[in-house]
Amino acid sequence: MRVYHFTEQPYPAAWEHNQGSLRVNLPNRLMDPKLAGDLFHRYYDEWLLADELGFDIMLNEHHATATCMSSACIVGLSILARETKRARLLVLGYPLGHRPDPLRCAEELAAVDVISRGRLDMGFVKGVPYEFPVSNQNAVGVMDRFWDAHDFIVKAMSSHDEPFNWESEFFHYRHVNLWPRPYQQPHPPVWSTTGSPVNARILGERGYIMATLGTGYATRPLYDEYRKAYMAKWGKPPAADRFAYLGLVAVADTEAEARRIGKLVSIYLPSSAIVAPQFRNPPGYLSIEDNVRILRGNPRPRTGTKDGRFIDMRTAGVQELIDVGILFCGTPDQVYDQIVEFCDYCGGMGNLLMMGHAGAMSHEDTVTNLSLFSKEVLPRLKAYKQPVAEMVAA
Amino acid sequence: MPNPAVARASRAGGPLVVGGLRVELIERGEGRPLLFLHPGIGIDAKAPVLDRLAAKAHLIAPSHPGFGASGIVPSITTVDDLAYFYLDLMDDLDLREAIVVGVGLGAWIAAATAVKSTARISHLVMANGIGIKVGDRETRDIVDVFALLEPDFNKLAYFDPKAGERDYKNLPDDEVTAAARNRESLGRFAWQPYMHDPKLKGRLHRIRIPTLFLWGTHDRILSEGYGRAYCAAIPGARFEPIEKAGHFPHLEQPQMFADRVLAFAGL
Repeated sequence: MRVYHFTEQPYPAAWEHNQGSLRVNLPNRLMDPKLAGDLFHRYYDEWLLADELGFDIMLNEHHATATCMSSACIVGLSILARETKRARLLVLGYPLGHRPDPLRCAEELAAVDVISRGRLDMGFVKGVPYEFPVSNQNAVGVMDRFWDAHDFIVKAMSSHDEPFNWESEFFHYRHVNLWPRPYQQPHPPVWSTTGSPVNARILGERGYIMATLGTGYATRPLYDEYRKAYMAKWGKPPAADRFAYLGLVAVADTEAEARRIGKLVSIYLPSSAIVAPQFRNPPGYLSIEDNVRILRGNPRPRTGTKDGRFIDMRTAGVQELIDVGILFCGTPDQVYDQIVEFCDYCGGMGNLLMMGHAGAMSHEDTVTNLSLFSKEVLPRLKAYKQPVAEMVAA
Repeated sequence: MPNPAVARASRAGGPLVVGGLRVELIERGEGRPLLFLHPGIGIDAKAPVLDRLAAKAHLIAPSHPGFGASGIVPSITTVDDLAYFYLDLMDDLDLREAIVVGVGLGAWIAAATAVKSTARISHLVMANGIGIKVGDRETRDIVDVFALLEPDFNKLAYFDPKAGERDYKNLPDDEVTAAARNRESLGRFAWQPYMHDPKLKGRLHRIRIPTLFLWGTHDRILSEGYGRAYCAAIPGARFEPIEKAGHFPHLEQPQMFADRVLAFAGL
């Protein structure tokens, strides 16, 4: 198993000033650029440490929010491509739905892949709903635009003999010729996220790495949809390395200390949900069926425990988050057992996206969390033999 | 006796199909054709204004592509596409001397249609229309309705906000589905550029048929100044306020609305 260290690079100093929204309409005067600079340097120091400790690295991008200062992920990727030595660099996600210019995307990502000497993982996503009002891209038809941008980027990265032409419904270029071209051939691995069976099948057919976020013990059905589609297309079951899962991690020498850290890192969940309601559902983002359900007042719960209870992540405590498989928390033995239990339940999961820092968690706590995990848990996870999906009862 | 206005339509009692797209249609009354183009919230067959218009005209009130129960095809993504769709619809139904009445989004579609051809249109009525840019680049002419929850939208859009309330928990499935489709389709056509076509204002001079602007004076989605500027861009267009109505004067003052439309068309 690979383990990616992830932080959203938050700016928690502004969180207490929110008037019901940390996103879209929180005035940026609440950010002190000097403090932001210090935080950025600290987060990069922690990623450099993660690189030394044997982790891989994940970063992401959000817009107009105090929850994530990475508003242009290419900046973080560029710094880490040069400053790190060995870690893979996963961007998850790179929001194609908000990008008007996929040529620029291909150029940025290819350059990062070259500078990092082939360590880039490209996680393409459509983007979260409340950022469509910010980017002003249209959420109606976004998946068609997403796949068109994806197709273009893949072709741009894998065409080498002459400039090519691209005149689709969404994007128009006449002389596409990527300099530099990517280091990895034919292109860096493609990842994406999903919460829906339909998208799981699409990703399975393409054989891309599929990550789920916040799905807990409701993950298995999505993985199984992927497996079915992968099997039908490729004639063999997908390896565990096709699956990734975002888990919050808090590890310490004692259970009590781990739970203290667990509470700090799980602030990610309620803080992420603090969004002015009028920005949460731009037209076209959700299906008509989902919108009918919302109008009727029946939103669909997403996160389940192993025994079928549904947990509200915004209000859940540490124990509930452990039960639901969102938070892996405890002593090294406990954390290892929780992760392995989750992998077994999933029928194999080869990439743990470890949120080892969140909110106002201190540098010292973050370093301790990463260091202990790398010493006591990571080696065992690297040696862990993934189950074969068919042998595991769903 | 068959209505001459629909002589060429080959529906034979079946649904209206235009350009391969199945159109949900309310059709009532006898006389000159009156094509009613609904606003972004869609059309309710029970709205009193429809019978009042149909009392003296042949009312043809389609749901726009993607709205209500009308189909949608991938090639229709802009209000310009909708304008060509309505030119086709008027051809297919062989409408002559039609009175075209649009409210809100419907008025934008009506204007976008009329700048292309008024060959089948005798009168144009624009009620609380959107579709053009009036202010400078840092002035949002039209309130961002996509950044409003429905109760807040109702407060700005109606003279009496209660008029906009809908009990989605208890409405029939088809009405809730239509509401969801209406919102998605409004986003399809009006998300960016927001609620307008930057080219439209410069083309309005091409409309040289009698044009009436009706304006619900309690509209706080659009200002009356916006409406008057829009009106001034169409040669000879007349502007008539309607009191005690907001963005949807056809819903809040149906009799007044129908009376003004029919009188303007000489009916």
